[in-house]
Amino acid sequence: MNHADCEVFAQRWTEAIVGTSYVAMGRHMLARHLLELTHQLVEGFLAAEFDPSVGRDVGVAMVEKHFTGTETLKETLALIAEWLPGLSTPAPPGADVAGRVAQLVGSLAAGYASALRERSLDEQDAIYRAGLRARRQAEQALAASEAKFRAMFTEAKLGIGIGDLEGNITDANPALQEMFGYTREEFTRLNVSSMVHPEDAASVWEVYGELIRGERDHFRMEKRFNRRDGGEIWTDLTVSLVRDEGGAPTYQVALLEDVSERRRLQAKLQYQAYHDPLTALANRQMVTERLDQVFAGPVSQRRVGLCFLDLDGFKVVNDSLGHDVGDQLLKTVASRLTRCCGPGQLVARMGGDEFLIIVEDTGGEADMAVLADRILSALAAPVRVGGHALTVRTSIGVVERPVADTNPADLIQAADITMYQAKAGGKGRYAMFDQHRNASEVADFTLSATMVAAVARGEFYVVYQPLVDLGQGTLRAVEALVRWRHPTLGVLGPERFIRLAEESGSIVQLGHWVLARACEQAKAWRDAFGDAAPLVSVNLAPRQLHEPSLVADVTQVLADNGLDPSRLQLELTEQSLLGDDAGPLTMLTKLYGMGVRIALDDFGDGYWNLPDLRRLPLRELKLAGSFAAGLQSPCNGVDQRIVRALVDLAHALDLTVTAEGVETLAQCERFQAAGCDTGQGAWFGLPGAAEQIDALLRGAHPLCHREAL
Amino acid sequence: MERSSWASDDVDIEHASPARVYDYYLGGSHNFAVDRQMARQAIELWPELPLIMQANRAFLRRSVRYLVSQGITQFLDIGSGIPTEGNVHEVAQTAAPEARVVYVDVDPVAAAHSRAILAGNQYADVVQADLRDVTAIFDNPRARRLLDPTQPIGVLMVAMLHFVPDEAGPASIVGQYRKMMPLGSHLVLSHATHEGRPDQAGSHTDLYRRAGAPLTMRSRLQVETLFDGFDLVAPGVVFLPLWRPDSPADVDDHPERFTGFAAVGRRG
Ligand SMILES: C[S@@+](CC[C@H](N)C(=O)[O-])C[C@H]1O[C@@H](n2cnc3c(N)ncnc32)[C@H](O)[C@@H]1O
Repeated sequence: MNHADCEVFAQRWTEAIVGTSYVAMGRHMLARHLLELTHQLVEGFLAAEFDPSVGRDVGVAMVEKHFTGTETLKETLALIAEWLPGLSTPAPPGADVAGRVAQLVGSLAAGYASALRERSLDEQDAIYRAGLRARRQAEQALAASEAKFRAMFTEAKLGIGIGDLEGNITDANPALQEMFGYTREEFTRLNVSSMVHPEDAASVWEVYGELIRGERDHFRMEKRFNRRDGGEIWTDLTVSLVRDEGGAPTYQVALLEDVSERRRLQAKLQYQAYHDPLTALANRQMVTERLDQVFAGPVSQRRVGLCFLDLDGFKVVNDSLGHDVGDQLLKTVASRLTRCCGPGQLVARMGGDEFLIIVEDTGGEADMAVLADRILSALAAPVRVGGHALTVRTSIGVVERPVADTNPADLIQAADITMYQAKAGGKGRYAMFDQHRNASEVADFTLSATMVAAVARGEFYVVYQPLVDLGQGTLRAVEALVRWRHPTLGVLGPERFIRLAEESGSIVQLGHWVLARACEQAKAWRDAFGDAAPLVSVNLAPRQLHEPSLVADVTQVLADNGLDPSRLQLELTEQSLLGDDAGPLTMLTKLYGMGVRIALDDFGDGYWNLPDLRRLPLRELKLAGSFAAGLQSPCNGVDQRIVRALVDLAHALDLTVTAEGVETLAQCERFQAAGCDTGQGAWFGLPGAAEQIDALLRGAHPLCHREAL
Repeated sequence: MERSSWASDDVDIEHASPARVYDYYLGGSHNFAVDRQMARQAIELWPELPLIMQANRAFLRRSVRYLVSQGITQFLDIGSGIPTEGNVHEVAQTAAPEARVVYVDVDPVAAAHSRAILAGNQYADVVQADLRDVTAIFDNPRARRLLDPTQPIGVLMVAMLHFVPDEAGPASIVGQYRKMMPLGSHLVLSHATHEGRPDQAGSHTDLYRRAGAPLTMRSRLQVETLFDGFDLVAPGVVFLPLWRPDSPADVDDHPERFTGFAAVGRRG
């Protein structure tokens, strides 16, 4: 029938409308689809009962497939109108062919048009709704984010402020209101420029200007502000510039964190690090830094002065009246000192009852003398503390010199030493630093300070001097004497350092060290020479007698060397036993009880206290060298009689007697005649190394007096 | 965070939108007067535009069917535009009824309309996002519901990347997607080019630039570079009608007149 016709037509139709509308079909699919529509049309056209609505259906179907172009319709109508009348199958007899064609084409056009109109309206409606929905969603999202922002703004602990580019503040959150004490309304009447703090660095407002001009996007700094109530706050401030999409600056946002508390704490810690809590004066740390500053600056021509103060007898106040009174006293002294000083002068407490005043840019020693006098008179008035009127006296060491000639450490040391000179010179006075005097004191100071380390480094050694039995002519004992082989000063004798060791306290270590060496040597002799080995006599410094561990130490050393206590003699002077302390005597008694020989050294120098000889647990008396001098020929009979009387007395008390300082045969003979037991001195041998004693013991060198006898 | 969530003025119907202008080219009425005005202007300057867009849609259909034939049943269609005849889910689901499609468009109106169209569709959904927010897209719950990250996926950027300027680094953006695509995944891409009709390109891009939706047309070489890390499926980067046409009859005598490049790459 018409099938072939239809295929041909559908093909032509496809060619005519392809590309005139967007449909989701390729050419092949399109042709198939149009073939279906063609059949529909042909069927309607040839129907016995003609119904033009077939055309309408086809028009609607086309729009459904998204044939929406007007060109599509035009082409379609023209083709159909041309082709239908020429179909190979004729229309039913009697049919009005032209009328049918016209009606079909007309109704297809109407169907297409109205479907397209519907479709367009639906799509318009849909897109309009989509627009509304999208906008509503965006508004909701914005509202949600604004609500989030608001919540953040109001809840934030951080102060947040918003301002326009002229600096007018437009909003401030509660945290910021709290921080500054302004209400929101008050803030909105403020301009950023009124937030200047007098101590802002110029750079603050420079960077702010750069931000406002859009030259930077943010800055952060610590800045001070004044609160509404006049108080001051420190903030960690970040200001950011907000730009629009085009990048043009639109407004500014400031975030502020109140860091006042942290700053206060820092300041407090800083203060504590540099101040003495009791007196609020500067402390040692501050002194160090201030002096460093003085010396860091340009030094030419500049001079600097120090006063080193120490309160005389402060310890007594503390011990007898208590620390509270002592503290009050220190506070009063501190405030009087502060009043004596002006700008460029720093008063510091160095610790205990020591104070230091640094004076910058002095004109010479005279300036410092004036200050020292002022201090002495300021402290002259008694200090009233808790019902006591305390008279404070102070010793002041003063140094003044060109900055270029010195350094902080030397300066303080000089002031310190000079202060001791003032004290030694009678207290309650000042001493001006004296270069010459200082030199020897500095030397002493250095010796004293390095002594303990020198012991450890093995710079000390022990020599031995023979004590010879005047009756037998045999070696009865040796006295251990200490020497210091100083790396730069050469060999130093005890007279150079024992006093310093006594003063510094290092005599305790040194004494113990000598004792230990001497006992080791005693053991060596004993091992080598048996009963012929000499007693070892070791000096005991007064300070050692106050060491509670003395008895234990001696016991230990003896035990370490397997020595019988009777092989050891300890020499001490009468001064050791002066004073009220019963400790030394108890200790001596114990040592004596153990069998250790106790010798009283240098007897006869200074004053004599004969009763002591009875009271003390002694075994030997050593007559000072001054007796030997008296027995030098031509002999003075009085001296000889005195020596004889002393020897008799000693013997009566069961003590042996050693004559010291025996230098000649004559002296030797006279002591012998006076009944002395032993002699010591150049006549018998100078102090020497242990090997020298070995030689004596081996008989290699005859003892001097033997030769003489 | 979604890029658009802070701005309210991104729902803008006072200005023409590429999505709605495109709909007009395709004979749709999902558009407003501004869109139509711009589209008419564009067509006046370049009467073949509607045909080019049809060719683009035809490529889209063919590529989806090709992907399904390669066993891909999940699609991420980025820059999907306004739904119209022959949407990706329709094409895919005709071939594989359980195919899943996630549409992504930055245009809020397009996204809202897509959502309305897809209401009740179990296997398709839409995410409003910018192509550049790669992780935001993959992490979006709507996408996570439909896409299985362990299975190959078809990522479509059809007539979309020419809206991404060089400064935004289109190649590196594509690279980010590649990292998210399991082996066997495919990238479908069509892209405007000046190479077919150098005479038309200038006035057309000017018009889009003035409308606030600048276009960057790219050369074949540039389009090929976008496939770094993918194996181009035959016939490679070609003018739209030349990509695996359904029949030779569908190919015009002057395919270069359809001045867009089409290509599909496989991540192997
Ligand atoms: C020409 S349409 C293409 C629509 C569809 N892919 C097609 O080929 O038929 C381009 C679409 O990309 C969207 N688009 C443009 N830039 C985009 C971006 N950065 N991220 C996501 N979509 C974008 C537009 O909103 C528009 O809907």
